Amino acid sequence: MKKYKKPSLFLLVICMFILPFLLNSYWLDVLTLVLFYVVLTQGLNIVVGYTGLLDLGYAAFFAVGAYTTAILMTTFHWSFWLTLPVAFLFAAIAGVIIGTPTLRLRSDYLAIVTLGFGEIVKILATNLEITGSASGIYGIPRPAIGSYIMASQKDFYFLILIVAIISIIAVYRLGHSRIGRAWVYIREDEDAAEAMGINRIKLKLLSYATGAVIGSFAGSIFAVKMSAIAPLSFSFLQSVMILLAVVLGGLGSIPGVVIGAALVIILPELLRGVEDWRYLIFGVSLVIMMIFRPQGIWPTKNNTEDVDDIETEDPNQSISISK
Amino acid sequence: MSLLTVNQLKLQFGGLIAVNDLSFTVEKNSISSIIGPNGAGKTSVFNMITGFYRPTSGAIELDGISLVNRKPSQITTLGMARTFQNLRLFPNLTVLDNVKSGMHCRTKQTVWGALLRTKSQREEERLIEEVALECIDFVGIRKYTKRAAKNLPYGAQRYLEIARALATRPKLLLLDEPAAGLNYEEKQYLIQLIRRIRDEYNITVLMIEHDMGLIKQISEQITVIDYGCKIAEGSPEEVLNNEKVIEAYLGKEDVI
Repeated sequence: MKKYKKPSLFLLVICMFILPFLLNSYWLDVLTLVLFYVVLTQGLNIVVGYTGLLDLGYAAFFAVGAYTTAILMTTFHWSFWLTLPVAFLFAAIAGVIIGTPTLRLRSDYLAIVTLGFGEIVKILATNLEITGSASGIYGIPRPAIGSYIMASQKDFYFLILIVAIISIIAVYRLGHSRIGRAWVYIREDEDAAEAMGINRIKLKLLSYATGAVIGSFAGSIFAVKMSAIAPLSFSFLQSVMILLAVVLGGLGSIPGVVIGAALVIILPELLRGVEDWRYLIFGVSLVIMMIFRPQGIWPTKNNTEDVDDIETEDPNQSISISK
Repeated sequence: MSLLTVNQLKLQFGGLIAVNDLSFTVEKNSISSIIGPNGAGKTSVFNMITGFYRPTSGAIELDGISLVNRKPSQITTLGMARTFQNLRLFPNLTVLDNVKSGMHCRTKQTVWGALLRTKSQREEERLIEEVALECIDFVGIRKYTKRAAKNLPYGAQRYLEIARALATRPKLLLLDEPAAGLNYEEKQYLIQLIRRIRDEYNITVLMIEHDMGLIKQISEQITVIDYGCKIAEGSPEEVLNNEKVIEAYLGKEDVI
């Protein structure tokens, strides 16, 4: 199984690059949205999946990225690419700001504070002049590579596809480093992690900041793709949908949350035929899913062996069998 | 020379004094114990030394460095590791990943190293794995390396917690009731293990224990506390024949 992992991943990526030439513009748009969700869920996966901190305001970081890019490009006429590092910086700062008051909180209290933070960002965006109040910011210019101006649907599909691949690699690599393991130790047992020399305050803040940066990356691209943004795109419902994709796919599992992102976007589209029943069926299927597979569609394995495997490998036992 | 010095330590929760005016020292390369009846304040002392509780007053020094007002993670980095009375493993992670946690404070790769997979990052990962496997071998649970911690037999979970603590490369190892729940053979193995930790790694061991048989066999220095105060200290023979200690454990003989 492991032998085929790399070639099949490679094949999948190639398929993703060919796909836009085979799809009509409606499904290409759906797929683009899926990829936005892939980036967002990977970012949230760090906070909720790895570190185990429930975050109900994640769309706020999506908004920070989108608004930073939009404001810098419209008011200050920056190039799109230069707005990215600034968006990352602002998102990281926002991550630390939301992280600091939640450090001593656990589970439900933490969820409420993050929910509040998400609402604060949305309300700020609705009321500040610089963010264009309720109508948002429109006329965001198209990004350019040299003299080529990205404007077509396919251009943005490829852009977000590349960002999705980058964020998957980033989250995978972080997960397999001492930083990523430290996050998981904190999720498993905070006090034990602290006793093992892991500074939980520092690492929790790092987790928020890293997740925020990835979320803002999606936001920046969202701004230039839509060329207009409004506070409505960054509502509580958005945060919930991203969280839903992560939980549905399998907390902490990279392939899991990718599948979760695809399901959350594609399923309602597939159900368009049943019109008014659409969200009812979607909701019911989620409930059924959580009852029969609470660990998610593709849960993490943490490289653990099944207990049965070991018993049969036990030398004493195999001797007694041969006798 | 003493490695750990505890001086006039006091811990007060509101009106309750859990630990009062406690002073003792732990000699370098010794195996020492703190004993006392249930509720005497032993674990409170451990929690203050490791930074989980803040003492109301008093001083704690490791190798001349004050530990008061430091975070547990800082204290671990300074060279002290602990195990918990009720196992505190990372239940869903493998034995290997559990032990790797100890190396966190001895390595320093940042997010950038991880993202770019730099050479020093890969070398450090190799070192982490090497040290973790060495510690797993040392406590003798190699065959469980890839199993989830929660699926280990109870005894192996105790040894795993010790392996994890060893991976922090401590000067002083604090064991909180390491023999609790172990059977006779496992206890004998534990005694050997503690001796080897001291002899092969030159790590000083301080433990809390209830099992008098075990303490008599390996402890060189014992501090007895009752109601948060020190009531006796010395070698096992001295302490276990001390009248006050017998009284604390068995109660006073009533004169009718």
